[in-house]
Amino acid sequence: MSVNLKPGQGPLDYARRPWIIALFAAVLLFLYAPIASLIVFSFNVDKSGVWHGFTFMNYVKAWHNEQIFYALSNSLTIALISTFFSTILGAMTALTLWRFKFPFKNAYEGFVALPIVVPEICMGISLSMFFSYTGMMGAVRDWVWPLNLINIIFAHIAFSFPFVAVVVRSRLVGFNRQLEEASKDLGATELQTFMNVLVPFMAPALVASALLAFTLSLDDFVITLFTSGPGSVTFPVKIYGMVKRGVDMQINAASTVLIVITLAATLIAMKMQAPEKSGH
Amino acid sequence: MILDDWKDYKRVFLTLATPGSLWMLLFFIIPMAFLFVLSFSSKAIVDGETSTTAYDYFNTVSNYVAAGGESYLVLLWRAIWTGTIATAICLALAYPLAMAVCFAPSKLRPLLLLLLILPFWINLLIRTYAMYSIFRTTGVVNQTLGIVGLGPYEMLNNSPAVIMGLVYVYLPFMVLPLYSTIEKLDRSFLEASLDLGATQATTFWRVTWPLTLPGVITGIILVFIPCLGTFLTSDILGGPNNWNIGNAIQNQFLEANNWPFGAALSFILMYATFVALIVRALFARRSRGVDA
Repeated sequence: MSVNLKPGQGPLDYARRPWIIALFAAVLLFLYAPIASLIVFSFNVDKSGVWHGFTFMNYVKAWHNEQIFYALSNSLTIALISTFFSTILGAMTALTLWRFKFPFKNAYEGFVALPIVVPEICMGISLSMFFSYTGMMGAVRDWVWPLNLINIIFAHIAFSFPFVAVVVRSRLVGFNRQLEEASKDLGATELQTFMNVLVPFMAPALVASALLAFTLSLDDFVITLFTSGPGSVTFPVKIYGMVKRGVDMQINAASTVLIVITLAATLIAMKMQAPEKSGH
Repeated sequence: MILDDWKDYKRVFLTLATPGSLWMLLFFIIPMAFLFVLSFSSKAIVDGETSTTAYDYFNTVSNYVAAGGESYLVLLWRAIWTGTIATAICLALAYPLAMAVCFAPSKLRPLLLLLLILPFWINLLIRTYAMYSIFRTTGVVNQTLGIVGLGPYEMLNNSPAVIMGLVYVYLPFMVLPLYSTIEKLDRSFLEASLDLGATQATTFWRVTWPLTLPGVITGIILVFIPCLGTFLTSDILGGPNNWNIGNAIQNQFLEANNWPFGAALSFILMYATFVALIVRALFARRSRGVDA
């Protein structure tokens, strides 16, 4: 029996069913319209929901707004430092889990993944109390920048290195351990083998997970809110304070800048992580 | 793969394992343990006055009793039902979308998937603020309605606004696991079912759905858990009348300054989370579909 099927009528042609296409379009509109509107209105001359003319003034004002500028530079500094350390810690954890068998390994695995599943607010509060109780909250307040950010950096490393470990470990699964043996047979030490064989193999996952850690840190609001002090406000915490006082187009301008930074980092990460084209 | 026994490479093992373990111990386990202890403690009485800094540890369950009081149960209950509705909407939207991506021409697939998950990378606060600014009474939605003579309507500060915000923020978490299970689904099962005369609906409910159940469960957990602990969405889009347990916890720490009580509320939230995780593990063991 042969029937002439129009597009969308094939039995498994779900992607071309009109109602699915309509739903897809509606969801994309729902996902992107608010962000698009935020970006468009960052160029509006006033803060109403009506377009009254194009201006760069909001960007200039946000740039000269010392608090916003300070918060943004805090956020970027924290993200850079915590990314560096969480990539190292995460890679080491991934190597431990990938290479060794040891007692209570399953429990250890679950334990390392805990920060991924525990509600952020609980982690933020426990850290806030920990820092207050040990006196670190008060102590760092008078330290010179960027040392006054150290509590937030500690916290960010703690919640982002488990993500790094997951990404790096999934890359390591594809490693052929005979390469390692060959290297050692040829006289390389454990360290030389690690640096010259394993690290180059892990490299794409290291870059991808570093960028993941970077966006996680830049994104974090809840944990940072509880671990920051008056002098160590980050960008999301600053915006939260401003939003509570109402809409301000400087928020839109500064947010647009942050969106561009994060999306660039994300797209690079995805490029790095994408499977290599066949025929290499 | 054959794993090395840690005893044969003690030095390497310890070098690799120590930093991460130490970090977890210092900045996760110890703080959490302290929070746990504090949830069973009360403010110390020094010289007849309630101290603001000292506590009597492990002497009471009164915080949990107070948290079980009606006003707080309402907040936990609200978190559970707004989370449930938001998760259900996410599932209803994400399933057909994930199907569409999986059955799209292979060239288009990565792009479609990227479009659905890209917003996840944008700062949560920025996305919530974006929602807030378009739906406020002077926002672009109300202004547009105003042109045709409608409104302005109060679209925020109610629970549908919170649910909409949660769906907006967590939809990508549902799409990803669904995509990865549906992608692994063997299409010949669907073809066989259709060839043997089953309708599309029967095929879906008897074949596709059971086989993709692990992905569905993962998606539900990934969306429901953050919904439970949310406080930003309910704070900005819901306002004080739509607080849930996350807002109550924040309030105890940043304003009311009753840390032991806040600690008890936090641990109630943690227990709820662990129950959700256990449910997931049980389901995962029972269903034998495509692994998520």
